Formats: sequence, C-alpha cells, structure tokens
Amino acid sequence: MTRLGGFRERYGASPLHLLLVVCSFALALYAGIRLLEGDPLGVAIWFVGAALLHDLVLLPLYTLTDRAAQALTGVRGAPVSGTHRTPAVNYVRVPAFLSLLLLVVWYPLVLRRVPGYHSATGLDPEVFLRRWLLLTAAFFACSALCLLAATVRRRPGGPRREPAVAEPE
Amino acid sequence: MFGLVLLFGITVMFVTGLLSYAAYNPDLAAVNDQTPDKGRLGFYLFSWPTSPSWLYRLNQGIHVTLGVVLIPVLLAKLWSVIPRLFSWPPLRSPAQAVERLSLLLLVGGALFEFATGVLNIQLHYIFPGSFYTLHFYGAWVFIGAFVVHVVFRIPVAVRAVRGRRLRTELRTGAADTLPEPLDATGLVSPSPAPATVSRRGALAVVGAGSLTLFAVTVGQSIGGWWRRTALLAPHGQEPGTGPNGFQINKTAADVGIRPADIGPDWRLTVRGPGREAVLTLDQLRRLPQTTAALPIACVEGWSTPDQDWTGVRLTDLAALVGLTDGPPDVFVESVQRGGSFSSTVLRDNQVRDARSLLALRVNGADLSPDHGYPARIIVPANPGVHNTKWVTRLTFGATG
Repeated sequence: MTRLGGFRERYGASPLHLLLVVCSFALALYAGIRLLEGDPLGVAIWFVGAALLHDLVLLPLYTLTDRAAQALTGVRGAPVSGTHRTPAVNYVRVPAFLSLLLLVVWYPLVLRRVPGYHSATGLDPEVFLRRWLLLTAAFFACSALCLLAATVRRRPGGPRREPAVAEPE
Repeated sequence: MFGLVLLFGITVMFVTGLLSYAAYNPDLAAVNDQTPDKGRLGFYLFSWPTSPSWLYRLNQGIHVTLGVVLIPVLLAKLWSVIPRLFSWPPLRSPAQAVERLSLLLLVGGALFEFATGVLNIQLHYIFPGSFYTLHFYGAWVFIGAFVVHVVFRIPVAVRAVRGRRLRTELRTGAADTLPEPLDATGLVSPSPAPATVSRRGALAVVGAGSLTLFAVTVGQSIGGWWRRTALLAPHGQEPGTGPNGFQINKTAADVGIRPADIGPDWRLTVRGPGREAVLTLDQLRRLPQTTAALPIACVEGWSTPDQDWTGVRLTDLAALVGLTDGPPDVFVESVQRGGSFSSTVLRDNQVRDARSLLALRVNGADLSPDHGYPARIIVPANPGVHNTKWVTRLTFGATG
C-alpha cells in the first residue's frame, strides 16, 4: 500500500492510469506509423493542426465575436432574477450560430471550393450558396419575429410588466 | 451532458466505420483493399452479407448523418473544456504530461476524423493522401485515447449529470442561472460574468444546431420526396428524370469513358478455369433475364431507394464457363482505364445471391452511360463503388 502510495505521489495518478495510457499509446503508434506513411509531414500537420486551428484560432475568434456582439447589444449586466427575459444578444447569437455552423460544415460546397463536383455527380454546384443565404435569412427572420413578439408582450399595458434592462457594467 | 452524447455517438461512429470497412471485403483481394498495410487492425473482418439488401445503405446513412449531427456537440464539448488547455503550470506531474499527450491524440484525432469525413463527402480532396488510409488509421489512432478518456472521466461525467436534475435545469432561466461552485477541475471561472444563457438555453442551442444539420442532410440518405429537404447535402438534388434519373457517383465523362469503349465493339468476356466465353450485348440480352429491386448506397452516406434492375444472374454467367455448382469469387473489370475502383472482387456469397446481377436495364430502360451502359454489377448490400460500371470482363475463381 505504501509502495503504491509512493508511486501515486511521484507519478501523480494511479498505476492503472499509466498502464491504460501506455496501452493506448502503443495502439496509436501501431496505427500512427501506417497513418504517417506516404506524407508524414502533411498528415502530422493536419492532425496536430486540426487541434491547434480549433483551440487557438476558431475558438478565440468566435469568443471575441460573441464578446463584441454582447458589447454592441449592451447586455453585459445581469438580467433580473425571476423574469424570464431573454438577453437581447441571444436574438443575434442563435441565428448567427446556426448560419455559421452550416457554413463551417458545408463550406466547400457553399463557397464553390469543389471544382470536380458537377463533373462527378452531374448535379448543379450553384444551388448551395443560394440555399445557405436563404437559410441564413430565414434564421434571422425567425429571430426577429421572436424579438418582436417578446417586445410586444413586455410593452406597458401588455400582459406582463417587467423591470427595465439592467444598466451595462 | 455533451460528453455522454459523444460517448454514445462516437461509439456508433466507430462501429459503423469498422462495418463499412468490412463491407469492402478488403481481406479478399488486393484490389478491394485500400489499406494493405493494416496488419492486425483488420482482425475483425468477416464475409460481408447480402441480406438485408439495405444493410450498407443503413450503415452508411447512420455513419455520415450521425457524424454531421455530432459536430455541434463536439464543438460545444471542446468549448466547455478549453480552460484546461491553459491550466498553469502546464505540467504538474508525469501523469499530467502523459495525459496532455493523450488529449492531443483525442482532440486532434476527433477533429482529424470529422474534418476528413466532412471534406470527403463533399468531394473536396484537399487532405494529404487517400481518404481511406487517413480516415481508417486516424480512427485507430483516436480510439485508444478515446477509451482511456472515457474510463478516467466516466466517474466525473456521472457525478456531473447526477449533480443536477435535468427537470430543474429545464425550468431555470438565464436570470437565475448560477455558476458552478469552484472545484479542482479548473473549469470554473473564479470571477464569472453574469449568465447570458441558461443551461437549458445552452443545451437548446446545441440541440438546435444538431437538428438543423440533420434537417438539411438526412434527405440524401432517404431519397424520394425527402431528397429535396437535404438543402445543403452533396446529394440533395436529382441529376435527372426518368428511369435513369437517380443519383450518380461518377459520370462516364468524369472517369474518361469514351463512346467507342461502350459502342457496338463492346464485348463481355467471361472466364472460368480453362474456359472462356465472349458475348456481344445482343447475346447477353438473349440469356435469361432476372429483375431485382436493389438500392445504390455510397460510402459518402447518400443512397437511392430500390431501383428495378434487370439483367443476367452472376450464377448464370458462371454456368456459361462450366461453374454450375456453387460458383467461386469473381474478379470484375471495367473498361475504365485506371482509377481505384475500376476493378473489384466479389466474394462467393455475393456471386451466389439470386439478386446479384450483371444488369443491362434499370427501371424498364437500357442503362444510361452514367449508370454503366452497357452492363454493370449490382449486388445487394454492396458498397456503391463495388457495383462496377461499364463491365467488360468477369473472371471466376480469380482475385485480381
């Protein structure tokens, strides 16, 4: 027991942790050698680059964009407890999120990055950008309708009166 | 919550991925195997069955649609754990050092698999190598780290899910949403800003993302009326109308089929041990014709509902060269010059299925050049690229 306790102190986790991780590394290496065959540098860049691109570019980018949207809509203050009021920024966030999500997933077709698409499938490559723009318009239109409905509900004389928007910090 | 969804989702992705690999019968012949150096990674391979005929269609529909739908969940999961990346000091113990390396395989592997998959279904071949090699070995590099992560994090995940009642969270708005209490995970902000989204809101947004992706994708795997709902999916349109108006993987022009290759000089050569028969298209048409209703299903996830194929049974063609009793595997060659799927080997169980045809007609009309005129293979539950088009030679008992 003491010996195991010593291991834990030096290593920082249980021996089981080490065994499992080494086992997974061995498998990763077995497959990794085969993965890297051909274009080792290219594959390594893609593998590590995917994580770096997401963690250090994509995530900071959308976080900053969101911060900017929050500052613009002036809702950094806390909403008042007990009101079920949606902070104004969410009326922009949700449609923007849906639109950008569709773009991130389908960007090769939406942005016409696939020269061989028509030749291979016989299908029209022009439709994707049009459809994505219409979907984006629909998301923002729905959000605008929701905001309008919420505003009408909150108007003086409306069914419910709620406190004014909290001051920005 | 996102973790649990990914636990189930990625497990299904891995299993359907392995099944799709098995469906190519890669252990049967070199031409079927896109990853000949697989070593023990093909340990589980088995003879791919021919029933039910929609087996490959379902498997790939699930693999691709689920993969697309899981993207917002994966992004949300990564967003929720990002503070861990910047924890300080970066290496507190040897255990943490190996864990960080393991997490690189986990996160890099997940993003690599999703990226190669999403690019491949859009025919955007910018990745460094063959899709099959990258996606297959990448999955094996990823899965070890995934299992380790699940084993070590399951207690945390269970505690986190048990710690909150879903019903209570679904009744709590943004204004009453309080931050998590500070704990040792390093994931809780020491000075959190007031919540602008409730927990139910965060779940709803991610759910809406998945639902939206599902709605604009799944129609390409159902076909018929539903295809028009697949607004952004690569095969969300029909290429034409009439008997040959269904989905095409690669057109004749795209793979360099010339009119002369499939004109009046076209012949079908059928070979068996020590025997050979050469047939014109008219001679083929005079052989007994069979009709089978079978789908086309692509590794890229799109598929068509059943089409009515008419042609000569593979067993009848084997009989032409004397193989009347339980014909063996067959090596199929196309007039297509080169290309990774211009030839293929079908296993004996596929040859012997009464619905396996060398089809000459579809839905009551001659095959169009894009669908393999004058003759193509159609075998139930077979991956689309193994239903070879523009067939010119069948060699029974050979594997390439």
